Amino acid sequence: MNVTININGKEYSDDVEPRLLLVHFIRENANLTGTHVGCDTTSCGACTVLVDGVPMKSCTMFAVQANGKSITTVEGLAQNGKLAPIQEGFHEKHGLQCGFCTPGMMLTSVAFLKKNPHPSEEEIRWAISGNLCRCTGYVNIVEAVQYAAEKMAEAQNG
Amino acid sequence: MAEALGFGHSVKRKEDARFLRGRGNYIEDIKFPGMLWLDIVRSPFAHAKIKSINKEKALATPGVAAVITGADLVPYKLAWMPTLMSDQQMVLPVDTVMYYAQEVAAVIATSRYAAADGVAAVDVDYEPLTPVLNPHKALEPDTPVIRADKQSNRIWHWEVGNRAAVDDELANADVVVAEDIYIPRIHVASMETCGCVAKWDSVEGHLTLYMTTQAPHAIRTVVALVTGHLGLMEHKIRVISPDIGGGFGGKVPVYPGYVLATAASVLTGAPVKWIEDRTENLQADSFARDYHIHGELAATKEGKITAMKMGVVADHGAFDSAANPSKFPAGLFSIATGSYDFQKAFAEVDGVYTNKPPGGIAYRCSFRVTEAVHAIERMVDVLAQKLEMDPADLREKNFIQPEQFPYKSATGWEYDSGNYPAALEKAKSIIGYDALRQEQKEKRAKGELMGIGISTFTEIVGAGPSHTFDILGIKMFDSAEIRIHPTGKVIARLGTKSQGQGHETTYAQIIAEELGIPEDDVAVEEGDTDTAPYGLGTYASRSTPTSGAATAVACRKIKDKARKIAAYLLEAREDDLEWEKGKFFVKGAPDRAKTIQEIAFAAYTNHPQGMEAGLEAVDYYDPPNLTFPFGAYICVVDIDRGTGQVKIRRFVAVDDCGTIINPQIVDGQIAGGLTMGMAPALLEEIVYDENGVNLTGSFSDYLLPTSVETPKWEMDKTVTPSPHHPFGAKGVGESATVGAPPAIANAVVDALAHLGVTNIDIPITPPKVWAILKEKGVAL
Ligand code: FES
Ligand code: FES
Repeated sequence: MNVTININGKEYSDDVEPRLLLVHFIRENANLTGTHVGCDTTSCGACTVLVDGVPMKSCTMFAVQANGKSITTVEGLAQNGKLAPIQEGFHEKHGLQCGFCTPGMMLTSVAFLKKNPHPSEEEIRWAISGNLCRCTGYVNIVEAVQYAAEKMAEAQNG
Repeated sequence: MAEALGFGHSVKRKEDARFLRGRGNYIEDIKFPGMLWLDIVRSPFAHAKIKSINKEKALATPGVAAVITGADLVPYKLAWMPTLMSDQQMVLPVDTVMYYAQEVAAVIATSRYAAADGVAAVDVDYEPLTPVLNPHKALEPDTPVIRADKQSNRIWHWEVGNRAAVDDELANADVVVAEDIYIPRIHVASMETCGCVAKWDSVEGHLTLYMTTQAPHAIRTVVALVTGHLGLMEHKIRVISPDIGGGFGGKVPVYPGYVLATAASVLTGAPVKWIEDRTENLQADSFARDYHIHGELAATKEGKITAMKMGVVADHGAFDSAANPSKFPAGLFSIATGSYDFQKAFAEVDGVYTNKPPGGIAYRCSFRVTEAVHAIERMVDVLAQKLEMDPADLREKNFIQPEQFPYKSATGWEYDSGNYPAALEKAKSIIGYDALRQEQKEKRAKGELMGIGISTFTEIVGAGPSHTFDILGIKMFDSAEIRIHPTGKVIARLGTKSQGQGHETTYAQIIAEELGIPEDDVAVEEGDTDTAPYGLGTYASRSTPTSGAATAVACRKIKDKARKIAAYLLEAREDDLEWEKGKFFVKGAPDRAKTIQEIAFAAYTNHPQGMEAGLEAVDYYDPPNLTFPFGAYICVVDIDRGTGQVKIRRFVAVDDCGTIINPQIVDGQIAGGLTMGMAPALLEEIVYDENGVNLTGSFSDYLLPTSVETPKWEMDKTVTPSPHHPFGAKGVGESATVGAPPAIANAVVDALAHLGVTNIDIPITPPKVWAILKEKGVAL
């Protein structure tokens, strides 16, 4: 089947099997390997991308279901070479160790901050609870999201 | 120009740049034109005879290029491979499968989907056999021996200490306590599973193996030993360990998939990729722990511990594929005397075969140290309970005192340095220990269940002195090779391999500290056996104690040569020069100075006659002793009498890892370690049914902590440098995983101690606690 998917502003068209998972389309057909696979039961969130702005586990969607949609992956976060606030936050607060969960964590956080720009710690913890991290113990990830929230608020106010 | 920061600075991680942009290079990201995919047929039985394997349908499946079975490997002597523990393990079974989800055949195809189709089409006819699952039963005389190539289900017996003296003390002491403690089978479950890409060049007879390994050099040697008879020699093998998505010990062993991908690449002439899925990872990769411990302590009635005895039955599964140093089949379990001063100790461990996947590997801890620490820290609490003493007081009474270091333990270790009372004091004051005890008393009177748990642990890491430590005969040194370019920039290559620990940053900081070269000017490379000096890799918190030390020593060698060049340039005598971070200057004339960058340039352009050009050094560092990080953890829990749910209200962790290179990275390691310590204490366990079928093959059954269960850790430090390490560091990646489980278990038992509870085996799940509450009549 022919699909055309817009990823980070660029169109990717390919003839794919109906069973091809979106995450494999992104990683293999579009060759964007920043989106990772950490499980086979929709449990870990390493594969999280934004589909028309909504965070989705791309291992649980077929590529054909994303036909005609716009997707943001980790490769699309930085703009004109400048890191997005969430990326800055992860760097400053040491929110990543091995980096495997990081792309999914950041995309979940970006979508969450859009809905809730001034979250409490508790709200952040619930928001990222569908994304597993084995390395960091989450403390610094929470701080990274807080950092991004502050940066975004500053940018807005001034 | 950027500044050289060095120790004590939270330098932001250099490696982040690529990970934040999705530009990491993990194993699954590696691809080549014409690459094939390998997928594995696995056993649905824990123990069975293979009657036949029919490949026909699989071979007829579109995209399938080949199917490999055990019988196909026999002519090449590849059906078995050696393990790191001098046992052997099946790559593929020829006639009998030994555990559920064991590899039975490999399918090679043009895509991952085609390979999966091929796997579904392989027809295997099994005749189920009765599995032996209980290690105690495995040791009974009338239980069949499960391994056809062995005489017994007992793999080995190991012991240390003086049994007679300990038995005597146990028979005559004022007080004796005994407890059975089971530490269940768990899995490291790094977020990235295991995998490899094998690329065989038939013209050159050369193999490049990209693989998820924590120890690339050792792997190269093992591959050479396994395949040497086929003509594949060590200089024709290049192992590359790319970015690793978490290791924790699970990426030390050699799994059959690696060997199969290599064989498949040779067979097909194409690069072959094998990436296991999560279910395979949780069901078939090496596991950790599975220690059945019987602990005993003897003490005076005043609470002075006089003897310790530990007996362990260790379930190693069907093959002894643990990754312990050769002389230590039970790892460093002999650290079970802990932080306490007594001279009578005895420990024994029996390793046992069962029909389960192999292992006994680490779970973010040095060889079997978590098991030892859990045993002693639990037993100390059992003793405190019996003596009706506060567990903090009992610990203080028995601590090895700061002036006793270096301290020779009853099991033969020489602890390098420590200050246990100071660490516990600090933890108590941060958490407000006395007030908590008061609160607990009041809550108890109201029927509320609150507990306070302490763990004052000592670790043993940084293997090791090569006279004692080797893996398959390879001594456990580690290495650094540092080259200063003419413009003063640096490339450093090391024998270790980061899996998220931040080596690219911390090694650069060591060089900045030693040579005054800015961290920004240092490139750090690991993981390529063609370029990095030989080393044993990263596990057991050994990188800073070994390669970190090698880095410092190599820098010092460079500094010696730099002094000679500076003396020549400044026309001064070498001993008239003084070093100040980044430059040599003439004593009394600080203006007459040469920076390390100027010296580096001269090393290639204007060096003294008769001196070799260049500025570089290699060091293979053989530590004179291990290092002994320690800490004092205090945990407060509240138990819901309605559900049995344990909630960690507070957790204070005071760690002492000696000199700290990067405080932010150290805290990151501790926070992650605490979470991986909480995981087996409250959530994780690999469970089998009565047929040996693994019931916990996904993250919906094998429960990793999420951000919601994980408390906000409160972390602090004391600093007691290691006297024998070049800059006093001890290693920190695993302390928290080791120290946290007993603090949590002790807190839960403490909450229920007044009801007569003395031990609860981890993981302490709501159903387990609920059953106790119900039995004691306090459930709501
Ligand atoms: S890969 Fe784990 S949720 Fe998608
Ligand atoms: S940083 Fe390794 S899994 Fe999150």
